[in-house]
Amino acid sequence: MMAANQPSLRQRLALRGIDGVTLLALPAVLFVLAVFIYPFAYGLLLSFEPKEGGALANYQRFFSDPFLYRTIATTLWLAVPVTVISLALAVPIALRVRLMTRQRLLTTILVLPVTLGTVLVAEGLLNYLGPQGWFSRTLMLFGVIEHPLKLTNNYWGVFASLIITGFPFTFLLTLSYVTGIDPALEHAAATHGAGAWQRFRHVFLPLLAPGLAISACLSFVQAFAVFPSAILLGAPAGPTRVISIAAYQAAFEQYDYSMASAIAMIMAAVQMVIVVAILAFRNLFYRGSTAGGKG
Amino acid sequence: MIRDTTVGAKLWITAVWAVVIFFVLNLAAMIVAVILSSFGTRWLGTWLPAGFTDRWYFAAWSEFQLHDVLIVTFQIAFIVVGLSGLLGVTAAYALARRDFPGKKLVMLLFLLPLLVPPITFGIPLATVLYQAGVGGTFWGVVIANLVPTVPFVILVMIPFIEQIDPKIEAAARVFGANTFQLFIHVLLPMLVPGILAALLLVLVRTVGMFELTFLTAGPTSQTLVVALYYSVFASGVRAVQSIDAMAVIYMITTLVWLLVALRFVNPTQIVARAKQAPAQQ
Repeated sequence: MMAANQPSLRQRLALRGIDGVTLLALPAVLFVLAVFIYPFAYGLLLSFEPKEGGALANYQRFFSDPFLYRTIATTLWLAVPVTVISLALAVPIALRVRLMTRQRLLTTILVLPVTLGTVLVAEGLLNYLGPQGWFSRTLMLFGVIEHPLKLTNNYWGVFASLIITGFPFTFLLTLSYVTGIDPALEHAAATHGAGAWQRFRHVFLPLLAPGLAISACLSFVQAFAVFPSAILLGAPAGPTRVISIAAYQAAFEQYDYSMASAIAMIMAAVQMVIVVAILAFRNLFYRGSTAGGKG
Repeated sequence: MIRDTTVGAKLWITAVWAVVIFFVLNLAAMIVAVILSSFGTRWLGTWLPAGFTDRWYFAAWSEFQLHDVLIVTFQIAFIVVGLSGLLGVTAAYALARRDFPGKKLVMLLFLLPLLVPPITFGIPLATVLYQAGVGGTFWGVVIANLVPTVPFVILVMIPFIEQIDPKIEAAARVFGANTFQLFIHVLLPMLVPGILAALLLVLVRTVGMFELTFLTAGPTSQTLVVALYYSVFASGVRAVQSIDAMAVIYMITTLVWLLVALRFVNPTQIVARAKQAPAQQ
């Protein structure tokens, strides 16, 4: 059991927290390194080895071809409004649901679209939002519109599907942050005569800022990676040709893995820029405990 | 409890609930429309289908080879569940019990695959898997699906393990149990609820995981959600109703596991996966 010649090394390692138990983490670490970090690094290197041209040829091609570089704007044009709307709806609703004693039914209903996933939502919306679907039909019944709205195979179809899967995601995330705030803080503010808006603006918002920043980042990243619904519900050749479609086509239709990796790296870079921007913006707000008490 | 009794506050509360009801109604109508359509004979330009039948289920079952697809789906899902449980729980135990140099880095390593969307890392991953010769095979799909599920199990399990008193383990050690015996006879029985919850969520996520499976699956390693995608993509070739029947079958396979999972976890836990993140800075 004990290696007689090197007990000191073993003891020194154990003192720093490395022993047999620590090694249990090793398989998982190696696995993630092999299937996540390595492919990413490999993709990054591959993107600098284009089929033809210099090391940067893929990136030059991406940023000089409007069919390619416009996918960034197209994707942002979907992801940013969806993130903003989801958050703007999630915060007031979460603040209200927090007061409910039986939240379970609502949260269970809202977890459905997240679980069912984008493919099923796209398939459902094709029927529901289609020209013969119940949505247009109901609006026509109430005389809001005269002709069925065109909501599928264009921007609005993808937008609707992103809201249906994105809003519950943002809401459940926000709810988990809102319920973490000690209600005593709000009571204290109310005792001192703060109105509903003042309580939100000066008590909740500063305490929620870190959570909202995380929710915004995750919702944005999810929406930015929109893929199946942009093909099934959108117009993948035009208005909803998002960046993931460009990457997919490069890899599996043109078999140009180098270009596909370059587009994937650009996708990751755009996501990172926005996430960093959101986190920097959040740093302008209060930081500290969300629990009550002194301090 | 603070009561807002002004007219403005009441209007605001009404507006908030109106938005919730509008959203839930649309969601319900979308799902009901799929179910109705799958049982409908002919549905053109009316509120309801002309008549009802169950023949689309038989049609979908044979047209889309659902028998084979379902078997592959569950084989993949259960292998992913088993492997991510094995890798995830052991790693979570080490991370919950030991503090070692570079632990923050390791935590970040496990957080990244959950934060980066599957389609972003899926394309380089698929490239590597195809070059290694496992792309398009059953095991390629399993490996790709394990990338987010192993870290997921780790992050869910760490708080579960942390709340178990280390004295219990110390007592087992005193009586001469080795690490393996400790795991099987002491920790595992106490961790069952946590492991069950984490693994059920992995199951739900794997059955519903489209992007990674789509990028790595070949013709014989498609899961149900990928088969559904292809049938919607090629709609026009098949009757809409039989695609809807397939969608209903997919919904059932996902929702059964979701309902079982919800007995053990709170719905917010399904999305709040980054909560155990080192509360940055």
